[in-house]
Amino acid sequence: MTSNAIIRTDPGEPIIEVVDLGRDFVLSEGPFLRRTRRTVTAVRDLTFTVRPGEIVGCLGPNGAGKSSTMKMLTGILTPTSGRARVAGMEPARQRTRLAREIGVVFGQRTTLWWDLPLRDSLALTRHLYRVPGRAHAERLAELTELLELGPFLDTPVRQLSLGQRMRGDITAALLHAPRLLVLDEPTIGLDVVSKSTIRDFLLRTNSERGTTILITTHDLGDVERLCERVMVIDHGRLVFDGALPRLRAAVPTPRMLVVDLASASGEIEVTGARTVRVEGPRQWLELRDNPARVIAEVTREHEVVDLTLREPDIEAVVSSLYRGADPVEEAGSR
Amino acid sequence: MRVHFAVYARGLRRHSTYRAATVAGVLTNSVFGAINAMVLLAVFAARPRINGYDATDAVTQVFVGQMLITVTMIISIAPSLDLAERIRTGEIASDLLRPVSLQGWWLAQDLGRATFGLVFRGLPTFLVGVVLFDVVIPDGVGRSLVFLASVFLAALIGFALRYLYSLCGFWMLDSRGVWAINGLVGPVIAGMLLPLALFPPTIGDMLRLLPWACMVQIPAEILLGKDDLPGGGALGGLALQGLWAAVLLGAGTYLTSVATRRAVIQGG
Repeated sequence: MTSNAIIRTDPGEPIIEVVDLGRDFVLSEGPFLRRTRRTVTAVRDLTFTVRPGEIVGCLGPNGAGKSSTMKMLTGILTPTSGRARVAGMEPARQRTRLAREIGVVFGQRTTLWWDLPLRDSLALTRHLYRVPGRAHAERLAELTELLELGPFLDTPVRQLSLGQRMRGDITAALLHAPRLLVLDEPTIGLDVVSKSTIRDFLLRTNSERGTTILITTHDLGDVERLCERVMVIDHGRLVFDGALPRLRAAVPTPRMLVVDLASASGEIEVTGARTVRVEGPRQWLELRDNPARVIAEVTREHEVVDLTLREPDIEAVVSSLYRGADPVEEAGSR
Repeated sequence: MRVHFAVYARGLRRHSTYRAATVAGVLTNSVFGAINAMVLLAVFAARPRINGYDATDAVTQVFVGQMLITVTMIISIAPSLDLAERIRTGEIASDLLRPVSLQGWWLAQDLGRATFGLVFRGLPTFLVGVVLFDVVIPDGVGRSLVFLASVFLAALIGFALRYLYSLCGFWMLDSRGVWAINGLVGPVIAGMLLPLALFPPTIGDMLRLLPWACMVQIPAEILLGKDDLPGGGALGGLALQGLWAAVLLGAGTYLTSVATRRAVIQGG
């Protein structure tokens, strides 16, 4: 799925089209009477398009401008410059109309009714999006099965676990069969099983319904499992936009061999690898050569209890991209 | 419209899940009403008629006020519309992503809450007043309907004011200060703590024209059948309430659009 996936080039109209999008914030700082105003640019000159049916992962450190971008794309934040078109509409000006076409989940917020059973919130979406009764019932049955909502449909939302609530929120966002699903950190704080259920479900929604998915996350598992295409935003700029393997290639990070020896010893010395860390009997070797040869040499020379070969994780790749980006810039100080 | 009815029904049901709180509320409102009534009875024992009000009028108004507390939430010293908290924390983002108007959504929900409050908290409290004191009840179906219309308009005004207080959060980051002022000043100028008849006539007449009076003083006078209302009689009172409801809801619609265009949703 991930290694040689290619970006689907659907000939249809782009579902998201962003040109030179920018957003400044004015911050007031300092003590009450000597408050100064400062303009900070959260997003600048962002240009990209997303085609129907793509799953695009949006990565970047906290404060990079990801959330501001999502807010502008969904219409709850007005851009300072540039323009955005989503599903053929201008988000900030046509917010409520656009809302019918898209589904949005903010991982740290909920649209469900706290005091009422989950079923009630889900039933409301039928009226909210004017979905015909039968279509709604069918879709609810399908989502209930896929996301395993059955056991807690009648539980008040305030009593749901985080994973259950998130599955409820995703259901609420998808009941009207939107063309575009925007997810802002959907797996934040979830356990492995919940994450995996949600990821499988998203892949299925994308492949069966052609739903375009835009997802921001800090969870690299999300990216590796879901995203064919990755955008990295840092300091409000797009610093990378392309397929995941290309991201890895853009910033080469060596594979790592973790060796557990029978007992603690000095640094292992082999050709084609460099020991970068030693912790008791465990050593980390950065590979620069064919791993099979290095492993053979290490096991020949030392008494090895266990071996693990680690692929460079996307986290390391992305953080090396962050380090390469420009420092914070301000639009101007007053 | 159907979505608003569905939201209304949920607003109503949401509050029905807190039964103990409802019983406690009836008790609190009744006790407070009784204390307030006894103080006023002492005042009227010293002077039986004050600016057209007698003891029965005053005690009736006390219980009308207690009945309308949960309808109008006039005594809120802290945010009594979840919207305020949602603006403060940024949860408002989810509300703005629904394909309906923000004010319509919250109005429907709040009227659901108000309906529950009127039936299960307001009316029982009023009945306690009727049992314990000499309280006027509407004579005839006609006056009951007019009073009910007045209560409905009071609920609209109560919502519209609280909606505006909440919106302040978009500019002030936190609307709690506004609510604190409301809780302090609101009950006084609404005629809830004392009937406005007990104020010097010039001040009382001025206060009666404000939206806060439309939530207690005007409904009480309509129930009592006072005919010196602004505009003369119950219809004049209803007209004043309707005017304020329209003005405040209109302001709410306008400021919502300004807020969502210019203001910033808080939180990442």
